Amino acid sequence: MPTSLQSMPRADDGAPVSKTENIVEVRDITKFYGTDVHALEKINLGIPVGQMTTFLGPSGCGKTTLLKIIAGLLEPTSGEILIKGAPVSGPGPERAFVFQDFALLPWATVLRNVAFGLELRHEAKNEREKVARHYIAEVGISGFEQKYPHELSGGMRQRVGLARALAVNAEVLLMDEPFSAVDEQTRRKFQEDLLHLLAVEKKTVIFVTHSIEEAVYLSDQIVLLSPRPGRIHSIIRPEISRDAGPDEIRRDKNYLDHVEEIWQDLRKYLE
Amino acid sequence: MILFGRQIPAFFSLLIWGGIWEIVGQLDLVFIFPPLSSVLVALVEVAQRRDFHEAAAVSLKAFSIGMGFAITGGIFIGFLMGRVETADKVLGMWVNIFASAPLSSLVPVLMLLFGLGQLTIIVTVILFSIWIIALDTYAGVRHISPSLEEMGKSFGASRWQLLYKVLFWAALPEILAGVRMGLIRAVKGIVIGQLLVAVVALGRMFQTYSRSFLMEEFWALTLILFVFALGFSSLIGLLEHRVEYYAGTRI
Repeated sequence: MPTSLQSMPRADDGAPVSKTENIVEVRDITKFYGTDVHALEKINLGIPVGQMTTFLGPSGCGKTTLLKIIAGLLEPTSGEILIKGAPVSGPGPERAFVFQDFALLPWATVLRNVAFGLELRHEAKNEREKVARHYIAEVGISGFEQKYPHELSGGMRQRVGLARALAVNAEVLLMDEPFSAVDEQTRRKFQEDLLHLLAVEKKTVIFVTHSIEEAVYLSDQIVLLSPRPGRIHSIIRPEISRDAGPDEIRRDKNYLDHVEEIWQDLRKYLE
Repeated sequence: MILFGRQIPAFFSLLIWGGIWEIVGQLDLVFIFPPLSSVLVALVEVAQRRDFHEAAAVSLKAFSIGMGFAITGGIFIGFLMGRVETADKVLGMWVNIFASAPLSSLVPVLMLLFGLGQLTIIVTVILFSIWIIALDTYAGVRHISPSLEEMGKSFGASRWQLLYKVLFWAALPEILAGVRMGLIRAVKGIVIGQLLVAVVALGRMFQTYSRSFLMEEFWALTLILFVFALGFSSLIGLLEHRVEYYAGTRI
């Protein structure tokens, strides 16, 4: 349900997309690595609040670079990132990152890992552990609080990574191919759980993936990027009803059409 | 070790070598090898002597102070080189040279600089052990997964928090390996230092024993040092074992 801007005139009713408030604005972002690697070229993009936006594209299209620039982990060569209207440089408490390789502290228990963001903010130990336990339960790994990352499977490690990002109560979750190091069955279960969780938590999510199916299944908005330098090829809003069950969605004609359409768009970059 | 299809405990080889030593000693072939049994008798005797206690106390003091400086200094240099490109360029070559150079030849120079006392010994200990600790720390810091650092930054870690809550622990397996090797080198350093300075503690005892051909006592003292160095390094080894699980496969 898009929230309307208070200042928005009623006459704009015809375009529901533009009525949605953008929590993140990407303005003219260009990124060079060194002098000759041109990763991104003038990216302009709005991320609507409370929705799932996916960056999709072939490898080398700069999707992870763009995500890390939004996260404040990389400096853009030019352009700026606005969060809730204000330009930012560097990471901030309104954004939390979920890493492709989990990036858990191997010497710390699940509990401490999940509470780590709060630990860095000097929150009291019992307070932060209470919050951590809540999110450990929410991502479905209760009972593993005292385990160490190397004792968990890949899928469970990423649940720890997700719980850590949720625990700091950021409005925007940035997820960098979070399921790519996880096997297919776990991945599907994880996708379903993620949708379920986001319906409860009401977060804005920016999600990087190279899986077309994953993007269509999860997203409200798909940003297709073309490679070298990364440019926005197109923005697709699948408009898939989330009321149906996961298996129905995967058989849905709308879903399959979008997957096919995106595949036709992307395949030309492979040749 | 496996012998005739049976698993033999590791200390068994020590027993065999001890046996060979005893036999060679009993045969009276070379005077510098007295039988192991008489060395052990001398060991008990030496261990009870007051001058040994004093020498051990003086040496242990120099060892601890020197190691303290070497560990803090080595970790500091290693982190500096691992994190700051310019420091790596400026220091890298020197640390490598010092880590592999025959430092014993520098001890006489140290004597000129720091006199004939404890200070020279302490500096020798530092000089012998600090470089390997620095190099291993450096290797550890360079091996830290970039995403772990990004994780710290993205969750708002200050520079200091990043250092002591993430990076230090991530490099700890290599740091401990460096400390263990540093310790062994420090034992070498202390003996060489004291031998060259010649007038203090264990060095003097070594000198006295070898000059007077008191081979039993000489070997007894050597054995004590061996056991000390081995004991210390296995102690660090135990610590290393506790962090080993994340050294190879960093998650």
